[in-house]
Amino acid sequence: MSRRSVLIALVAILLIWQLLAWLVNLPILPSPLTVAAAFWEEVIHGQLLQHFAASLWRVLASMLVSVLLAAPAGLMLGQSPRFNRVFSPVIYLLYPIPKVVLVPVVLLFLGIGDLAKITIIFLILFFQILVLVRDQAAALRPELILSVRSLGAGRRALFRYVYLPASLPAILTALRQSVGTAVAVLYVAELFATQYGLGYYIYLNGSSLLNYPAMYAGILAMSLMGMLLYFSIELAERYACPWLSALKSAE
Amino acid sequence: MISLQQVSFTYPGGQPIFQSFNWQLHRGEAWAVLGTSGCGKTTLLYLLAGLQRPTAGQVLVDNNPLERPRPQTGLILQDYGLLPWATVRQNASLGIQIRTFYGPDGTHAPLEAVPADNVNRWLDWLGLNEVADHYPNQLSGGQRQRTAIARTLVLQPDLLLMDEPFSSLDSPTRSALQDLTLQLWREQHYTLVIVTHSVEEAALLGQHILLLGKPPHTAPQVIENPAFSTPADRESQAYHDICAELRGRLEDTL
Repeated sequence: MSRRSVLIALVAILLIWQLLAWLVNLPILPSPLTVAAAFWEEVIHGQLLQHFAASLWRVLASMLVSVLLAAPAGLMLGQSPRFNRVFSPVIYLLYPIPKVVLVPVVLLFLGIGDLAKITIIFLILFFQILVLVRDQAAALRPELILSVRSLGAGRRALFRYVYLPASLPAILTALRQSVGTAVAVLYVAELFATQYGLGYYIYLNGSSLLNYPAMYAGILAMSLMGMLLYFSIELAERYACPWLSALKSAE
Repeated sequence: MISLQQVSFTYPGGQPIFQSFNWQLHRGEAWAVLGTSGCGKTTLLYLLAGLQRPTAGQVLVDNNPLERPRPQTGLILQDYGLLPWATVRQNASLGIQIRTFYGPDGTHAPLEAVPADNVNRWLDWLGLNEVADHYPNQLSGGQRQRTAIARTLVLQPDLLLMDEPFSSLDSPTRSALQDLTLQLWREQHYTLVIVTHSVEEAALLGQHILLLGKPPHTAPQVIENPAFSTPADRESQAYHDICAELRGRLEDTL
């Protein structure tokens, strides 16, 4: 995928949007130019940036917490068949539950603050990372561990030179795959009892204020946030796991 | 140098593999351990490496009981021994990195340091300079095994253990690496133990050959190899004779 083809795709999407706006010709579908103007206005004079920051903070905080908890747990399950025997049925049952249905429950328990929203995203990311890191750690050949141990590695060096680099791609893949879902669920979570966040902002402008260009500006901001996260993780993957791109280019 | 004294070994829930097994190796010797698959020859190598502990008896290295892998022992396995996310150069430096990580504590790393330019010297010597920045999945099988050899020799081992190191390679590459192994053994003066199921390989690389039949093993069957020579001579009558003898004795154990 070249930069040029991505650019062409972007232009095409904007053109189709513009065409649809002309065809529909209703206030509920403003043209891209109107939305861009509203976006600029809301960023400079409105509070779009604060809402953006509130949402981004919630996603980043839950990403951090889920990596810190899920990656070590995944490593432990992947390397210890005994642990895995106990916990894998539990994960097997919990993993497919669509975590978004837990939003009301989490809100009831944790209230309306940031903690509830961070917890909901955490639930999504945690299981994704846990499962991918576990499978990655389980796929490590015993021969590899033995030969690194024979070079003098104890537990700490094994972690540093084998388990950490082995789980890094799994962590990043899990984040990349689930960041879209995380942002979607954040939207749902921000519909309830909050004053800040893009979900609240979009809903407020769309349903209460009926300021459609501002609503679209919110949607644009949320899309940009999703793209920003996705592309950053992709970049981190390329930077932190150069052997994977070497593999791809060899194929 | 190494002495197995009354060593017994059983995997949990399995049949005993060694029972009161005694065996001695002297410094600088080249040993081949020959046996069919499942005979416990890899287990024996792991016992020598300190990666497995005997269920009874003890493994002595220089009169000290072996409790954990020694930093002066090198181990080369058939496959999967290289870090897939590290380049040839990084893989070859792994041992040095681990030693730096712990510092010279005498447990994970010996007290004396390894010369810093060792990695470049061995990559150069083993013809790996051109692929030094490649990842293992971009290498041929022979290059991969040479990387594993480089990684081990960088640490200047006094004991080199090899588990079927060349069995997944094509025949010309295998012959070249067998010759290389002999040359390195002669120049570096380490003790060599190579585990193999190949009669030819045992005859080429083993000054002394330990034959393992069906477990449990109680008394070692040791065959002195009159055909052993460096460089290897694959054409001599002595070589063909010892191959025939080994093949016969291996079949008798089945």
